[in-house]
Amino acid sequence: MIRDITIGQYYPADSVIHRLDPRVKLMAVACYLVSLFLFRNVAGLVAVTLGLAGIIRISKVPFRYMVKGLKAILVILVLSTLFQLFLTPGETLVQIWKLKVSYEGARNAGFMIIRLTYLILGSSLLTLTTTPNQLTDGMEKALRPLGKLHVPVHEVTMMMSIALRFIPILIEETDKIMKAQLARGADFESGNLVKKAKSMLPLLIPLFVSAFRRANDLAMAMEARCYRGGVGRTKMKPLSYHRRDGVAYLVIGAYFLGVLLLRKVS
Amino acid sequence: MMLMILDHVNYIYSEKTAYEIQALKDINLKIEDGEFIGLIGHTGSGKSTLIQHLNGLLRATSGSIYFQGQDIYDEGYNRKELRGKVGLVFQYPEHQLFETTVFADVCFGPKNQGLSEKDAQMRAYTALHEVGLPEEYWYHSPFELSGGQKRRAAIAGVLAMKPEVLVLDEPTAGLDPKGRDEILDQVAALHQSTGMAVILVSHSMEDVAKYVGRLLVMSQGSILLDGTPREVFRHYQELEAIGLAAPQVTYLMHELAQKGLAVDPDATTLGEAKDSILQAFGKRQRRNRQENYD
Ligand SMILES: Nc1ncnc2c1ncn2[C@@H]1O[C@H](COP(=O)(O)OP(=O)(O)OP(=O)(O)O)[C@@H](O)[C@H]1O
Ligand SMILES: [Mg+2]
Repeated sequence: MIRDITIGQYYPADSVIHRLDPRVKLMAVACYLVSLFLFRNVAGLVAVTLGLAGIIRISKVPFRYMVKGLKAILVILVLSTLFQLFLTPGETLVQIWKLKVSYEGARNAGFMIIRLTYLILGSSLLTLTTTPNQLTDGMEKALRPLGKLHVPVHEVTMMMSIALRFIPILIEETDKIMKAQLARGADFESGNLVKKAKSMLPLLIPLFVSAFRRANDLAMAMEARCYRGGVGRTKMKPLSYHRRDGVAYLVIGAYFLGVLLLRKVS
Repeated sequence: MMLMILDHVNYIYSEKTAYEIQALKDINLKIEDGEFIGLIGHTGSGKSTLIQHLNGLLRATSGSIYFQGQDIYDEGYNRKELRGKVGLVFQYPEHQLFETTVFADVCFGPKNQGLSEKDAQMRAYTALHEVGLPEEYWYHSPFELSGGQKRRAAIAGVLAMKPEVLVLDEPTAGLDPKGRDEILDQVAALHQSTGMAVILVSHSMEDVAKYVGRLLVMSQGSILLDGTPREVFRHYQELEAIGLAAPQVTYLMHELAQKGLAVDPDATTLGEAKDSILQAFGKRQRRNRQENYD
């Protein structure tokens, strides 16, 4: 049930995408996200779809596994689609009672669903194919120029990696507590909204207590090992580029150009 | 009467992903009313997974489970009621405490069963007495208690539902020897007085040997041995092969027997061993004395 959440999880597999340097993947995701909001016609859509499908294929992450992550945003997806559908002014397509669906609204809603879905799929692919360690190393390196502007890059990426690391732990903890309360006859499903919210208390309170306990323990453990931030810190596995990374950069560039050019097609 | 039957139960975690693990392999098990069963096995052998099947929290990937003659996977079967009948106390149960007072927390289970406020309080009162938590702590916040006290409060929370089977997953993990003995003694006393079946998951051979009447040994998702502690510990070499051990006294008695002392090598508890050794020495002394007379 709750374990189905796959956001931020790593999926071990042996693929080129897994082996790529995290900086390349960060760059790729950035370009991909921009490209999602660049395309505005069917040709662009096809290009983006092909790009995404290709990468998913190469990454060897089962598609079924990725789709599970979409469940989490289903509510947002449905809500924003409804708003787009009914609140976009324009030429009326159909009218249900007082609600008008315009041609533009339908089109926008369609693109919106696709954009949000692709956005989640694409960015979850990053965490699915990159271990949290690699991801933060990549982030830290990529953001290093910001250090000149006195942005605490190392600390920020450290926080990010801890946050990522804690997602599965908290999910597991939630699962455990949920089961323990179910064993005591708790009911998380039935009842109206108020009753449901109330029934969450036996889950949330222990969860918060345990999250704080864990955070405390972690802080203690880090201090006990003399952790003291980024200054003068070296890496056990420094990042280095390989040939495949160069090739990947070229592919990303070509993809981005392609999407840009397709904007001109109408 | 037969309380519970597990028939060819298999369970696979995260089926069809890279993380797939078969945690239970073809488990067949019959549990009688009023039995006191110990469940041992090394870390990751599937003990916790198995007991979560008993109250229907996990659904077997294949196989059937019958509780009091009814298939718990049947369409109309009330699994919520089952969770009240099979009381499951999880590993580190103190992590489930959430109410403002210990007493209110113990009332949570019975209230979920649909009991009135008053009946729930009666149940909580009895249960807290049964686990031996001093009354002065009842109206404290559960988060202010010590580890052992929290553990008691959590066990009381399950006992208050008046289960017909009590399943405890390592109830003594992380407790000091005194706290451990007290909790287990109380569970044994409960088993005696109420006649409810008890299943105790444990890592300590000494504990299970002292309390249980039947012992199940799990290894890699299967049940390897099933019998009285005496029968099971006779296979101490097999136990060692899967990373477990028999109680210390088993080794002592086997060694003494090998040295030619007429002791009972199957003695599993300290008490039995003591009697057996004294008896053996008594015999020898008597024999020595006899020889002197001759
Ligand atoms: N929620 C889960 N998701 C995936 N795999 C799990 C999960 N829980 C347990 N496992 C796996 O199933 C196997 C059996 O685990 P289980 O918790 O039943 O062992 P155990 O005998 O209770 O061990 P311990 O003595 O450490 O409590 C282990 O290999 C474990 O890694
Ligand atoms: Mg366990």
